[in-house]
Parts: sequence; C-alpha cells; structure tokens
Amino acid sequence: MSEEVKRDRPRKVRPDRVDMPEQDPLKRIKNFDEVTLGYSEEEALIEASRCVRCRNAPCIKGCPVGIDIKSFIELIQQKKFDEALDKIREKNGLPAICGRVCPQEDQCEKNCILGIKGKPVAIGRLERFVADREMRLVDEGAKECDWAKTTKECTKEKVAIVGSGPAGLTCATELAKLGYQVTLFEALHEPGGVLVYGIPEFRLPKEIVKREIDYVKSLGVKIELNMVIGRVLTIDDLFSRGFKAVFISTGAGLPYFMGIPGENLNGVYSANEYLTRSNLMKAYKFPEYDTPIIRGSRVAVIGGGNVGLDSARTAKRLGAEHVYLIYRRSEKEMPARKEEIEHAESENIEFKFLANPVEILGKEGRVNKIRCIRMELGEPDESGRRRPIPIEGSEFEIDVDVVIVAIGQGPSPILISMIPGLELTRRGNIKADPATGKTNIKGVFAGGDIVTGAATVILAMGAGKKTAVAIDEYIRTGKW
Amino acid sequence: MYKIVKKEKLVEGIDSFYIKAPFIAEKAKAGQFVILRANESGERIPLTIADYDRNTGIILLFSVRIGKTTSLLSMLKQGDSIMDVVGPLGNPSEIDKFGNVILVSGGVGAASVLPIAREMKKAGNYVISIVGARCKDFIILEKEMAETSDEIHLCTDDGSVGYHGFVSGFLEEYLEKRMGSSDKKDTGIARVIAIGPTLMMNAVSEVTRPFRIKTIVSLNSIMVDGTGMCGSCRVEVSGKTRFACIHGPEFDAHEVNFKLLLERQKVYIEHEKQSMDIYERKCRSEK
Repeated sequence: MSEEVKRDRPRKVRPDRVDMPEQDPLKRIKNFDEVTLGYSEEEALIEASRCVRCRNAPCIKGCPVGIDIKSFIELIQQKKFDEALDKIREKNGLPAICGRVCPQEDQCEKNCILGIKGKPVAIGRLERFVADREMRLVDEGAKECDWAKTTKECTKEKVAIVGSGPAGLTCATELAKLGYQVTLFEALHEPGGVLVYGIPEFRLPKEIVKREIDYVKSLGVKIELNMVIGRVLTIDDLFSRGFKAVFISTGAGLPYFMGIPGENLNGVYSANEYLTRSNLMKAYKFPEYDTPIIRGSRVAVIGGGNVGLDSARTAKRLGAEHVYLIYRRSEKEMPARKEEIEHAESENIEFKFLANPVEILGKEGRVNKIRCIRMELGEPDESGRRRPIPIEGSEFEIDVDVVIVAIGQGPSPILISMIPGLELTRRGNIKADPATGKTNIKGVFAGGDIVTGAATVILAMGAGKKTAVAIDEYIRTGKW
Repeated sequence: MYKIVKKEKLVEGIDSFYIKAPFIAEKAKAGQFVILRANESGERIPLTIADYDRNTGIILLFSVRIGKTTSLLSMLKQGDSIMDVVGPLGNPSEIDKFGNVILVSGGVGAASVLPIAREMKKAGNYVISIVGARCKDFIILEKEMAETSDEIHLCTDDGSVGYHGFVSGFLEEYLEKRMGSSDKKDTGIARVIAIGPTLMMNAVSEVTRPFRIKTIVSLNSIMVDGTGMCGSCRVEVSGKTRFACIHGPEFDAHEVNFKLLLERQKVYIEHEKQSMDIYERKCRSEK
C-alpha cells in the first residue's frame, strides 16, 4: 500500500547547486570590479528550492552569529525577499558583506545535510542575494528604504567601541538595538577597518561596505573618525567622559616581516601597506588619486592565506605580467578559502609551493630578485599541519621587482600598549573571556582579531555579538 | 573637516596653518605629529605639530611646498578646511633636565624644534639653538627661537646672515671650541637634538659621534596610516627594523641607518613628479 503511494508521487528531482556567475578571468584581471556577480532572482529561487528544511537545521549551529538560516531560505522559497532580509538582520547587520566574505564552506554550509551526498545549499550566495536585492531596488527607486529615513534615538547608557571593523560594527549594532548610546571610534578616515583597508574592491565593493555601515548608523550608532584611542583619548578619558563600558576591537593591524636580509629594500611591501594603498587610498587609480603604488611587472607574494591571495590578485590587476605566490607548505595546507584559490588560479597567479624566501636581493636600493629554498613536509606541528623543513642546497632565485610579505599580522600596537595593567597573551593579544569578552580590567571588553589573532570577519562579528550581550548585562547589574 | 582658522605665508614656499582640532590640541606634546589628508583623492602625509593651544583647541602646522599635496595645501585659505587631520601620533620627545642641550634645525625643521626647545627650557636646561637655512629670508621662527633659547646661532648656506655654511659645520666648530685644549673630548653638552632634512641630520650625527654626545633625530620617513599598520615608514636602528610612526619618530642618531632612510624616501620620486606635472598643467590651463 505505502509503496503504491510513493510510486504515485513523482520523485522530486533536486536541481544541482547553482553556480555563481562571474566576470571572465581574462577580462577581470584588467579591472577592479567585483569578480562574482551574484544570483538573479531566478537563480536564487532555484538554489533556495534545494533546501529541504530539515528539522534540526544544523546550518544554524555553524553560524557564528546564529542566523536563522532555515527560516530565511524558506522565506526566499516563498518569494518573501524583504522578510528574508529582515530575518537575517535579526542576527546580522552586515548581510551583503558576510554573503561575500564569510568562509561558509567551513561554517553553515559545512553542516548542511545535502553536503553529505552532494553539494550543500549555497547559503552565503542566498544571503548576498537578498541584501543586494534591497540595494538594487532602492537604487532603482522601486523600494523605499525604511531604515534609511530615520535615525533611531538611543537613550540608555553610553558605550565606547574602539575600532570600526567587523567586531566593532557588530557589537555596536547589537547594543544600539538594545537602546544604548554607542560611539564607534575609528583611527582611519573611513569606517570599516579591514573591510575597507584590507579586502579589495573586486572581492568586496566599498560601496557595499558603505551602505551596510549606513544601516548601522541608522540604528543610532555614532562614528567618530580620525580618533586614535590611546593617543588622543585614553581608556580612562573615555570612562571620565561618561562611557560606562569600552569594547576594544582594534584588530590585527601590525604587519609581520620575515626578518630576512633585504626586506627594507624599495619595492618590498607588507601586505597591509600594499592593500591599504590600493584599497583605502585608491592607489590603483593613481594619478587620479594621489597615493602612489609600485606597479611591478614581476611580483612575488609570500604567504598562502586570504591576505596573500588578495595581494596577488591586486598585483595582477595593477598590471603585473607574472605574480608568484610563494608558500612554504603545499596547496593542501593553504589557509586561504578554496573559492579564492580557484579564482586566483584562473587569473594565472603562479603558485610556488614548498618554497620559502631566504633573502631579497636588490640593486641601487630596489628589489630585483628573491632567493628561496625548497621545502619538504615533515611531521605535523602544533597546528596539526605538516611542518615544512628546508631542503639543504636547494636554493633558487626568481627575478622580481615587487615583493609583498603576507605572512600574518599581530595585534594592533597603539592602544594596548597604552592601557596600564591590561593582561595580554604570550603573543601580545588581549586576554579576554571568550564567552563574554571581559578583560582583567573592569568595564573593558575586547573581541575580534585583537583577542584571537588574525581570523575571519564572521568570527570577529561573533565575538562582537557575544560581547554586546555581556556589556548589556554588566551595565544592568554592575557585576564583573 | 578641520577648519583653517589662520594661514600665513612665512616665505615663498613655506606656509603655516592654524587648525581647529580640539582633541589633538588637548593631548599634543612636543615631538609628536599629525597625519593629514587634504581632500577626498588626497594622500596621507605626516606633519609635525609645531605648537598647540589647549584653551582654544588650535594646533599649528608648517608645510613646505615640494609636491602636489603640499601645493594643494598652499592653495588653501583661511576659513577653508582640511578633510582629515589625525593625531597626536608618535612618541613625545624625551624631556628632562639634561644640562646643556643643543637644538639644531634646518629649514622648516625649526618648526619641529620650537616646541621641544620650549619644553627643554621649562625643564631647566641651558638651551643652545642652532638655526640654519638657505639664506636670511628662509630663517623661520627666529624671534620665537631666540625667546626660548639661552643662546641662538644662525647659519646660512650663502652667508647672508650668521655663520656662512651648514649647521653641521658650525656645530663642529662650536663643539671644538667648547672642548678647548682638553683631550677628554668633554664639551659639557649633554644632548643634541637635530631636526631637518635627512642629509643635515646625518651630517650632525657624524659631527657629534666622535664627541660621544647623545644625539636625537626625528625621522621623516614616508607614512600611510601612522599607527603601525603598514610599515611604510620602517627604518633601521641598531640593526633592527623599527616603525618611525610608533617606535619614533625620534631615535638615537648614532644608531640610525641614514643611507637606507635616504633610499626609502626616494621610492616614489617618479610618481611624485608625475603627480606634480599633471597638477601644474591643470593649474596652468585653469589660468
């Protein structure tokens, strides 16, 4: 009987995961426009239809900010796109950004049950679709942007947030929603932290960042630019100006160098400098913009993370004929996102795996060669990845005119050195309770890369969110 | 936006700007600097804070017209605004009662030296100022320097006033005279602070080295953010890489690799020329 019933109903054929349309690689390496183009409404509906709305929704557990993924996808299925966006915004004020730069493959999509046998639902792309859709409709005049019309009044206690990157913006969003008067202090001339100085235009358009920050402002958050806290105001100054709590989210802004000879030659950049010049200062538009950058024709990038890939792909767009990405382990160990590695490959970035620079050589003060040594992989180290070991006598040289060092960043130095008694970790990050963001100083919280070391946008947002809850509780109860 | 409440042209090519920046004025100390961006498409450049008034919230900056950014600045008038000014950045000068202190400045370096001279005087030092410039007209802040110094010596490249020659030449003769006939190289000078063009600071450093006088220079390397984030300003001191923005800008002159600094300052020389050419062409066509 039951078998007959089953036979009567046609088996539903689930469509394949919908690919994201993107700019042709040969074209896109000549511009800074966004690489991925986003789903059309039709594509989004097909992709959303793949979600089986499983009972446990394990995807939600994979999201550091706990977006109700199941519900927002269901709303997309019902073509209730505005409601879907509202649903996301309940937990995440920056959907267009997260839809683009979150490593979904390691979070929500990793848990998707469709991933067991096939490909998971493209949650990030759907998130981006609903966020982009609102912006597009507003631009076309087809939709009124309700939130843009008013700025909410916040009346509760004052909270200061130092650093307007992902952690700071998220903490600010959550506290403003609770009615706190939040001031975000930013050292640079634009808000957004790594979203504006670090991640390139072709991966995250700055207009998108600006608009999502406008949303945060509409919640009543004040942003004070050009304020280097630690120099212009101390933490004590903030408390004496009536702020009841301070959240430090200054990020991992200190570039590491390798400490090899030749690193101070002209043409050697930290990835931070290279990307800041290109992204924040718009050096890719020089001489229309005044900030210069060296457009190398043979560029070596050291490091296999997302920052290294961003640097390599920026160099390509600045006209480099050859861009070498030098990484001391093999492709398998690369910490960068798989999608970005694929993008880099199709843009003809030349990977030099199992190689490590030992010296940068120059002529008349300018870099002209990099000398590397080949590596092999030994036993796993404390990170669980196999430790690279140099192979004696295997040195080789590559002709280059620009070298970009992207081997990681340490905690941003200014503020933390100006807070007497603040407890730090061995690596110089702030010691903070992972559940609450509390430091050893009463009223001072910290979160994001300044605590964890360089990590991802969404993890920093998760920290901002948790800390907002703890700040609310601290202000209400006074308990530390 | 940061309003220019007063602007003065001191001599051709050197302007002073009084800028409303209450937060910076409140915290500024001698030896610190700001980074400014003139307009939306502008670059970020560091300028020393020459003076500050905590009551009025005004800071004083000096700019020498050398490239596009400084040319843009020099076009601004009283009442105009500068888009971004951030500071105070860098570590303040070390001020203490050292004894006899020589402050050497070259060109617009006098503007950077003046607040240090004032603090040194206040701390009870005997302040000897050596102020150099191309010629008489280019000596700036002479009156202010004289007021705050126990001795002031002027030097000009063309001899139009004071010592005929570089400040380093004067300093050498001065130190030798102070040493007199003693073999001990004891000049009675506790400290020399030199601020000006890199070549001048390098020369002063070489003059004081054999006398073993502690010598401090303020390094003017190329910066972007000024908060330790980019490393553009890295210099080599005692064989180690340091960032001028957060570890400096003042360093022990005898430990600085000046050759590297000079090279790094030239890295964008072609870009700067290109920018300036386009700018000048545009100015001409607008005329």
